[in-house]
Amino acid sequence: MLRDITIGQYYPVESCIHSLDPRTKLTGTMVFLLSLFITKSVAGYVIATIFLAVMIRLSHVPFKFITKGLKAIVFLLILSVSFNLFLTDGTPIFKIGFLKITWEGLVLSAFMAVRLIYLVIGSSVMTLTTTPNQLTDGIEKGLAVFNKIGVPVHEIAMMMSIALRFIPILVEETDKIMKAQMARGADFETGGLIQKAKAMIPLLVPLFISAFRRASDLAMAMEARCYHGGEGRTKMKPLRYTALDKKAYIIMLIYLSLMFLSR
Amino acid sequence: MAAIIKVDNLTHIYQAGTVMQSYAIKDISFEIEEGSFVGLIGHTGSGKSTLIQHLNGLIKPSSGTVFFKGEDIFAESYSLKQLRSRVGLVFQYPEYQLFEEDVIRDVMYGPKNMGFSDEEAREKAIEALKLAGMNEVFYERSPFELSGGQKRRAAIAGVLSMEPEVLILDEPTAGLDPKGRDEILDTIDKLHREKGITIVLVSHSMDDIAKYADKLLVLDKGELKYNDVPKAVFREYKELEKIGLSAPQLTYLAADLIKQGVDIDPEIGTVEEAKNEILRLLKGE
Repeated sequence: MLRDITIGQYYPVESCIHSLDPRTKLTGTMVFLLSLFITKSVAGYVIATIFLAVMIRLSHVPFKFITKGLKAIVFLLILSVSFNLFLTDGTPIFKIGFLKITWEGLVLSAFMAVRLIYLVIGSSVMTLTTTPNQLTDGIEKGLAVFNKIGVPVHEIAMMMSIALRFIPILVEETDKIMKAQMARGADFETGGLIQKAKAMIPLLVPLFISAFRRASDLAMAMEARCYHGGEGRTKMKPLRYTALDKKAYIIMLIYLSLMFLSR
Repeated sequence: MAAIIKVDNLTHIYQAGTVMQSYAIKDISFEIEEGSFVGLIGHTGSGKSTLIQHLNGLIKPSSGTVFFKGEDIFAESYSLKQLRSRVGLVFQYPEYQLFEEDVIRDVMYGPKNMGFSDEEAREKAIEALKLAGMNEVFYERSPFELSGGQKRRAAIAGVLSMEPEVLILDEPTAGLDPKGRDEILDTIDKLHREKGITIVLVSHSMDDIAKYADKLLVLDKGELKYNDVPKAVFREYKELEKIGLSAPQLTYLAADLIKQGVDIDPEIGTVEEAKNEILRLLKGE
């Protein structure tokens, strides 16, 4: 049930995507996300679809596993699609009472839906092929230039990696507490909205307490091992670009220019 | 005695269809008799927790099924909600499920979910708290102010208040000091003897279980290795060691004494039995 959330989960298989440098994958994801926002044409979306499909194929992660992450955004998806569908001005094609669907709204909401889905799938491909540790290393190294203007890059990277690391832990915890309360007769599925919200209290209170407890335990454990931030810290496995990364950057460049052209 | 729970060829696969696919439990069958005290033992990751969550229908098996009093609990028409009040499950570290403002209200949560009125739920809660050995002064306190052992009692009471016929406890003594551990185990034993509740105690400590259980189930890597009376299982202590478990300390003591040429009963499992046996040896012969 809740185990199905795939964001922040690593899928351990071998593939050329897995062995890319995390910086490359981060840049690649950025490029992909950016490209989704600059394109407004059908051709652009077709190119993005092909690009994404090839990446998924190369990553050796089963497509079914990636799409599991989409369940988490179903509500957001429905909300944004219906807003765009009903609230866009233009040529009406359908009308009931104050609700009207316009051709423009239909197109816009379709693009919106595809964009949202691709955003999630795109970032899932990155997190599924990169361990949280690699990811932080990548972020830290990639953004190291901002250190010079006083941005605490290491701290930010550390916070992100801890947050990512906590997602599966908290999901598991939620699952456990949920089961424990279900064993006491709790019902999370039936009832109206208010009843459902009330049913969440026995879940949320223990969850928050546990999150705080875990956070303070972790802080203590880090301090006990003399963690004091990024200054003077060295890496056991420093990141190095390989020939594969060069190829990946060239592909990204080609992809991005194609997306610009099809705009 | 009749079987209250019957597990039939139960298999559960985690993350089926991915590279992480793994068998949590594999083709397990056994019966639990009404009024018995069953010990369930296995190394970490042997599938104990997965197995017990099937017993009250919290997770669905990949194949096989569970019968409660002869009825298939995974049948379409079977009410799992009702089952859960009859097969109480106390999770590991149950104190993490406490959420109410005071202990009594937390314990009332179960009965209220079953549809009892506030009045009835309160009665049941007080009864359960007494059974769990909670002092009255704690009833109105926040569950978060209690000590570890008391929290655990409150959480166990939270399940007892539904008046289950079977009580399953997953490592109820984990993280408690020796005194807290003995108290909890004695409470469980009392529930079994005085209230006639069928107990399933999950543990990895043979010493805990040797004292109370009249039947032992040993799990290894998701498979049922032994299903027998404790003495018969302890006899296989060399095999137990291979799967990361051990027999009670006294079994080892007896084995060592026998090696030294002492004619002691090799099947002593509890301190009481050992005392009698040693006294017999000292006095007699």
